[in-house]
Amino acid sequence: MERNGKLPKIYLTAVFLVLYAPIFYLIFYSFNSGGTMSHFESFTWEHYAAVFEDKRLIVIVLNTVVVALLSALISTAIGVMGAITIHYMKNKAMRNAMLSMNSILMVSPDVIIGASFLILFTLVGIKLGFASVLLSHIAFSIPIVVIMVLPKLQEMSPTLIDAALDLGATRKEIMSRVILPFIKPGIFAGFFLALTYSLDDFAVTFFVTGNGFSTLSVEIYSMARTGVTLTINALSGLIFVITAGLILGYYFISNRPKTPAAGVKR
Amino acid sequence: MKTNRASLRLSMVPYSLWIILFVIAPIGLIVYYSFFDLSGNFTIDNYKNFFTSVYLKLTVSSFWYAFLITFFSLLISYPTAYFLTKLKHKQLWLLLIIIPSWINLLLKTYAFIGLMGLYGPVNALLESVGIGKQQILFTDFSFVFVSVYIFIPFMILPIFNALDKLNPALIDASRDLGANAWITFRRVIWPLTLNGVKSGVQVVFIPALSLFMITRLIAGNKVITLGTAIEQQFLVTQNWGMGSTIAVFLIVFMVVILLLTSANERGMAGSGKKR
Repeated sequence: MERNGKLPKIYLTAVFLVLYAPIFYLIFYSFNSGGTMSHFESFTWEHYAAVFEDKRLIVIVLNTVVVALLSALISTAIGVMGAITIHYMKNKAMRNAMLSMNSILMVSPDVIIGASFLILFTLVGIKLGFASVLLSHIAFSIPIVVIMVLPKLQEMSPTLIDAALDLGATRKEIMSRVILPFIKPGIFAGFFLALTYSLDDFAVTFFVTGNGFSTLSVEIYSMARTGVTLTINALSGLIFVITAGLILGYYFISNRPKTPAAGVKR
Repeated sequence: MKTNRASLRLSMVPYSLWIILFVIAPIGLIVYYSFFDLSGNFTIDNYKNFFTSVYLKLTVSSFWYAFLITFFSLLISYPTAYFLTKLKHKQLWLLLIIIPSWINLLLKTYAFIGLMGLYGPVNALLESVGIGKQQILFTDFSFVFVSVYIFIPFMILPIFNALDKLNPALIDASRDLGANAWITFRRVIWPLTLNGVKSGVQVVFIPALSLFMITRLIAGNKVITLGTAIEQQFLVTQNWGMGSTIAVFLIVFMVVILLLTSANERGMAGSGKKR
């Protein structure tokens, strides 16, 4: 655009400022030796030290990470199987039914997912805690994985499988040496999305977590309701760094395998 | 091919089990529980209750707030997405817009408690300008503002994708034929990006109806949405029947909104969440 006035730049700058303001605000005060978020006294690492001294908090962080990793792994496995099932389904009506079932959990409000899972777990007799949180995280991550893997399967030319069959490949070999390598970028994307969804989830976890078990989101919620401690700020600083790392990891992995995949295509 | 079919069947099992256990069963249970009262009797009182003034008011105000949140998100996101597509490294800038949405929701909300608090920087600014300290937290304004803040990236994404796909030759053609900027926008750009707007509205409006954490932390329980009501019934009052009834209505509203905003072309699912 040649008549690129100042207005777009000012507008975008304002949007970016507002988007990042709360994050940097939190991180800024995490270095404050004073106890509040309004007067900056002097630089200190003490709140970061406090995070690492707080055994309860560390356990909660570990819980969160373990739930996220486990649920992402399991949901990726089931999601990939689901995507393959849907993709190779002959019956069109069944296929569409499965696809809409799949999207139900994606668009359902968290509150409904949480409430309905609470009923389900209570009815079946699963104790609220680690198991119920893990199960629900797996459950709401599966559709995301399916959505990320399906387009990759659709991209794959069916002649590839015919060729492999002609060359004498068994069905196992077709799966492990043709299909899975081809859809790998989708699998990774699904895994990382599932991971971040699990790390970020509050509403569903809040419903199905019992008294003894807590994840970071739930913990921050109760901390925020009781009052301000700069430990949360330090924690958010750490989380920001880790999240940025995860995004970069996701970015590089999802951009890397493009060349070999394109090479196979032709 | 026979073995292939068999292995397909095998891979179907876990996924189908998931659909039955975690998609169909929970919805069925919600509907089932909506017919029971606190003491476990089968009744349709919950539905009668829903149509009393309390719950109707709640529903109307919930819709009104969701509408406001969606409207302001769209108002801010459309120009943002438009300007973004004009930038040189637009994909990188888009990623920078997305990054805040990957930071834990609770942390951002928590930050606003500090930012908008009586001794926070926003009030300090207001004071130095001469307006003086205001009670910003626990008002309708703070609720809508923080919600819009949370949803903006999800609105920008689909609109950005739609604008990015737009063929610039169409805009040139429109200008060549004598249309001014406004008419070009209204008759060419807007209709062609409507699907992006629709999926944006979808990913904002439905969650906005069911927010409950922000209402508690930022609106100080002054705003009650359908989501807040469900959480209240389930976890505080322990009235699962009434909670389920509200949830049934929320599901119905969700389906209606999905039907109203479903894009004409395929590929709307997840378009807001991708990347």
